[in-house]
Amino acid sequence: MVSTEADYLHIVTADNISAARIRFGKTIMWASAALLCVVGLVQYLDSQGIVSLGFETWRPTLYAFLIWASCLCWGQVLLYGERGKLALFVLPAALFAVAMVVFPLIFALGIAFSNWNLSSPTGRQFNGLDNIRQMWGDPFYWNALKNMVWYTLAIVVEYAIAFGLALALNAQIRARKFFRVAFLLPLMLSPVAVSWMIGKSMLEIRFGPVAHLVRELGFDQISFFGSPEMARFMIMAMDAWTFIPFMMIMILAGLQAIPKELHEAAEVDGASGWRRFWEITFPLMLPVSITAILIRIIFKLKLADIIINITAGGPGGATDSVTSFIFREYRDRSNVGYGTLLAIVYLVLIVIAMTILMKLADRWMRPRY
Amino acid sequence: MTQQIFRDSDADRAFRPSWFLGRAAIYAVLLVWAFICLFPIYWTLTTSFKAAPDVMQGNLVPWVDFEPKMLGLRSLGLSPETIFAESTVRAEFLKRFWNSVIVALCSSALALVLGSMAAYGLSRFNYRFSFMKNADISFFFLSQLILPPVVLALPFLVLYKELALLDTRIGLILLYTLTVMPIVIWIMRDQFSSIPTELEEAALVDGLSIWGAFVTIILPIALPGMVAAFILSLVLTWNEYFFAALLTSTNANTLPVMVASQTGSQGISWWSMAALSSAAILPLILVAILLEKYIIKGMAAGAVK
Repeated sequence: MVSTEADYLHIVTADNISAARIRFGKTIMWASAALLCVVGLVQYLDSQGIVSLGFETWRPTLYAFLIWASCLCWGQVLLYGERGKLALFVLPAALFAVAMVVFPLIFALGIAFSNWNLSSPTGRQFNGLDNIRQMWGDPFYWNALKNMVWYTLAIVVEYAIAFGLALALNAQIRARKFFRVAFLLPLMLSPVAVSWMIGKSMLEIRFGPVAHLVRELGFDQISFFGSPEMARFMIMAMDAWTFIPFMMIMILAGLQAIPKELHEAAEVDGASGWRRFWEITFPLMLPVSITAILIRIIFKLKLADIIINITAGGPGGATDSVTSFIFREYRDRSNVGYGTLLAIVYLVLIVIAMTILMKLADRWMRPRY
Repeated sequence: MTQQIFRDSDADRAFRPSWFLGRAAIYAVLLVWAFICLFPIYWTLTTSFKAAPDVMQGNLVPWVDFEPKMLGLRSLGLSPETIFAESTVRAEFLKRFWNSVIVALCSSALALVLGSMAAYGLSRFNYRFSFMKNADISFFFLSQLILPPVVLALPFLVLYKELALLDTRIGLILLYTLTVMPIVIWIMRDQFSSIPTELEEAALVDGLSIWGAFVTIILPIALPGMVAAFILSLVLTWNEYFFAALLTSTNANTLPVMVASQTGSQGISWWSMAALSSAAILPLILVAILLEKYIIKGMAAGAVK
């Protein structure tokens, strides 16, 4: 598992591995693998009703998997000695990730092409491409995808605000620690609590403080979640409120890494503050900015909690994100198959979009000076 | 010694209005944003002490506008006069709170252990699992960050049902571990690659095994990074709502699920909602105030190379 060529940390050990030890290692690895296969097969036959052994759950297979995973790790040490112990650093995490991501994803592909209503007694029925056809004609799903584009575009504004705040924090100011902590706090808050605190109480039309303020300013007819544009904007604003600190801190770290000499040199050369920003700070911050924006996009694509709790997608699906749409799709109709297909299509779209973005980012990040 | 030789030129010592204006603008921006950040928290905390009329009139300052009452705490069975009495609400609340604590702490710890080990291995040795080399393995771990939770949610619903893990804490812990492990690996890989390998080489020469060197020498050095990774995981797992809402019903509900379910049913009694929300946000606010330096360090890890 571990190759010997050119480690960053090279280790030389004299392992004396006896033939019996190798035999024992191989035996437990294969025996546990066989056990896993047999238990899995028996459970499968049982669930299909071919043999009846009365299994309540699939737990035995889970335990067999755990035994196999432990034996695999142990076997590495038995077979390869010291080099096997190095494999133990990565192996547990890898086995965990494979069991929790790769296997469910393959399983999800199976569900996605079936009609499976969890509450109906008929169980899972393979229905081929029906789900895709249904998705093609589902205006709400396309609407949710379109909303995601809007939500993602809002990141540009968030980025501008975060950059401005980071610049202000990076200036020579007093009470910097207070401001840093205060700015950090929104990121710590649970989105569900935020959706009550801001969405349901502060924006309450009759006596929320924001409504008071707006009325003081002379607007009469206010409704924060009445019109589609307004509702979408409010969701964007709330999400921005929680996540601006995140971008701000990354940018601040980047700003602090810029050597002061560059600014001093430019100042001696007579560059104004505005030009110093555009010709020194901003270009130097490009790699950090792109990293921050990419991570922010990744988090934005998971946006759901606030929407589920405040608008539940309304009015008329104007605020739906894909995640909140699938959540309601499942809650209302408990159709696992269709929901999974929508999610997988979303995943494919995300992977394509992120790959393109990362390629572009890679090109932009190459220094041109 | 009477004459000062070096001094600022007159131009520098003169009053410069533009400099002061810039200063004032920076402070104005900072104060406005600090207000925007802090006001919702202040509003939530004070609302839990307001009676209905105070809420209606939009009173803001305690003891000036309104007289604080223990309504919020009483509704959770935690006010001074109810704390010794039997209370089903309090039992319910404490159970959810406890669930949240256990799930967040266990999953963060598990992710930290698995993630640090993997990050250390990947930063020190060359692996090859069939066709996958180090770069591919790192990518495999980090790419899970892109995976939106909704893709895994429904398959896990079905799998957990089959495995009888639905509505259990263990099920949630495993899933949360999965969601935060890429972040831990990201931060810790950065951390380990900044530690020189000479340290381990010296330890190996002195007779430690590589695991001994990892545990007794490298981990203590990387402790600040581990704290940062742990806190970030804690924030994400404590606040997680989506999986908890789908996969738990009565036993393993976490606090966010409880907060969300209250808004839907019964006419909103503001003080109890405010008290609940406060309970959901206060632990992390404390963490943020006390450990701010680590959080910032953790988030900056990926930014600056």
